[in-house]
Amino acid sequence: MSERSKLLAGLGLLIVLVAGGLGYIFTRPAWTEVELVTLRILWIGSLPPLEPDPSNQYGDNPAAAEFGKKLFFDTRFSSNGEVACATCHVPEKGFQDGLPLAQGVGTTNRRTMPIAGTAYSPWMFWDGRKDSQWAQALGPLESAVEHGGNRTFYAHLIDEHYRAEYEAIFGELPDLSDQSRFPEAAGPVEDESARAAWEAMSPADRETVTQVYVNMGKAIAAYERQIMPTASRFDIYVQAALENDKKTMNSTLTTEELEGLRLFIGPANCTRCHNGPLFTDNSFHNTGVPAVESLPEDTGREQGAQNVLADEFNCLSEYSDAEPDQCDELNFMVSEGHELTRAFKAPSLRNVTSRAPYMHAGQFTTLEAVLDHYNTAPAAPTGHSELEQLNFSETQMNAIITFLYTLNSEITAP
Amino acid sequence: MQNKTLKTILTIALTAVITVIAFILLMPVLGPRFMHPLMAGRMESMHGNSAAPSELDYSAERTTENGVFKVSYSSDENIVINKMHTWTLHVETVDGQPVENAVITVDGGMPQHGHGLPTAPQVTEYLGNGDYLVEGLKFQMGGWWEVRFNITAGDVTDTITFNLTLEG
Repeated sequence: MSERSKLLAGLGLLIVLVAGGLGYIFTRPAWTEVELVTLRILWIGSLPPLEPDPSNQYGDNPAAAEFGKKLFFDTRFSSNGEVACATCHVPEKGFQDGLPLAQGVGTTNRRTMPIAGTAYSPWMFWDGRKDSQWAQALGPLESAVEHGGNRTFYAHLIDEHYRAEYEAIFGELPDLSDQSRFPEAAGPVEDESARAAWEAMSPADRETVTQVYVNMGKAIAAYERQIMPTASRFDIYVQAALENDKKTMNSTLTTEELEGLRLFIGPANCTRCHNGPLFTDNSFHNTGVPAVESLPEDTGREQGAQNVLADEFNCLSEYSDAEPDQCDELNFMVSEGHELTRAFKAPSLRNVTSRAPYMHAGQFTTLEAVLDHYNTAPAAPTGHSELEQLNFSETQMNAIITFLYTLNSEITAP
Repeated sequence: MQNKTLKTILTIALTAVITVIAFILLMPVLGPRFMHPLMAGRMESMHGNSAAPSELDYSAERTTENGVFKVSYSSDENIVINKMHTWTLHVETVDGQPVENAVITVDGGMPQHGHGLPTAPQVTEYLGNGDYLVEGLKFQMGGWWEVRFNITAGDVTDTITFNLTLEG
């Protein structure tokens, strides 16, 4: 064999090897079976159809949703005439406000939570002190720093502006014209004169007014139930991966986004809390988020658990439409233990990149700061942080952030 | 002669270039196998302790720790994360007699993550024939979970810990 043919043979062999290697790289499965299962669970296509809320018989009533939407945007339902639900839950901002602390008629101690997909959550607020969307909606209305009103004030407003709509859904609105029985301002609120007026009312009249108030909440919830995230680039990718559609996969996510996704479902442990199709387990976790010095001590779920058990509007209350055995979340709730201390609800990560600042009091202004917190896992101010140090490089953390952008999508609302 | 030297140099150079390129291209396939063992160890530790011990018994029918009862469970549906589940727990003596009117408590958690169950499940009803209704079971992430039943019948108490692996 001549030198020349040896050279050619050698070259040929190497070319075959390289081509084979390249071929393998481009045809091998992108994900293991286990990873694919995780991706499928995170995929929006895994979100089951929304089941009725047994505590709200009007939850899926279209007229109630339409009425609820009007209430949601109506600033007359506040002490200064300037605050509606939509003041903090701004539709254009993904139903949140982009502020560290919510601004109603005053300033709250926590950050506004987003609404999309919360119809799937058994607990509302950062501390889960409410167990339905309708019970949640009634909280801010009587908070001195949010809407700043009270329930007779609201009942009179319904009487004045929405009587026909109310009656078409809930039946006859009681006659509230007797000022001595139904004062302008009365309710179990912080304001002392309104509270005193409330306590002076007869139990039957208080119940009449509370029932109108509850119906307002149920209408608002009927509207909020339909606020949902839609499929994002990530979902398009997962659908393609499940169908092994390489072309769509390659054109949907970049190498860096995929690296971020690999870390997210793998060594970064993000899916310990941010799992399921809404990227949340709707449960409570102490992640050692720093306390804000100017705010009162916040024990999170530790207090929230006690509040929801005592809540006059919980699933087991007389105002709930559920049978007691339909209140599993409340019936089998963990109400005490060190794990609840300074534990806060894990929010959905869908559209998270447009929801700065982060955490329950807006402690972190950027996702970089959030990732840095998870990377270093500092000790919790009180209680015990569930985090473990990751020791990721900046490149890895940036990849995760890049991946989070693939979760952005339109939010649908009626 | 000079021509032959040139050919040899060319061959060596080409082989080297192609080998390097091939190695780079094949890296994603070869993965950490060709990494220095110390590096590979680091990769391993990066993945934390997510793998459950390999010798775990995942069976749904077990004998309690001190061999007092034979216990089995069945779930109302596939056990998936973030959903409330109801189990039927069957308790019998080792010689197969159903255990009636036992007092049973439930707990559990994820040993690798040091947390308990997200809910407080309870035995809510005795169904007869040694069957007990367990309500309020929920698991909020994938991985290895333990569910422990403490069973007291008459003056005997024994414990059984079931292992589960959930997708998530």
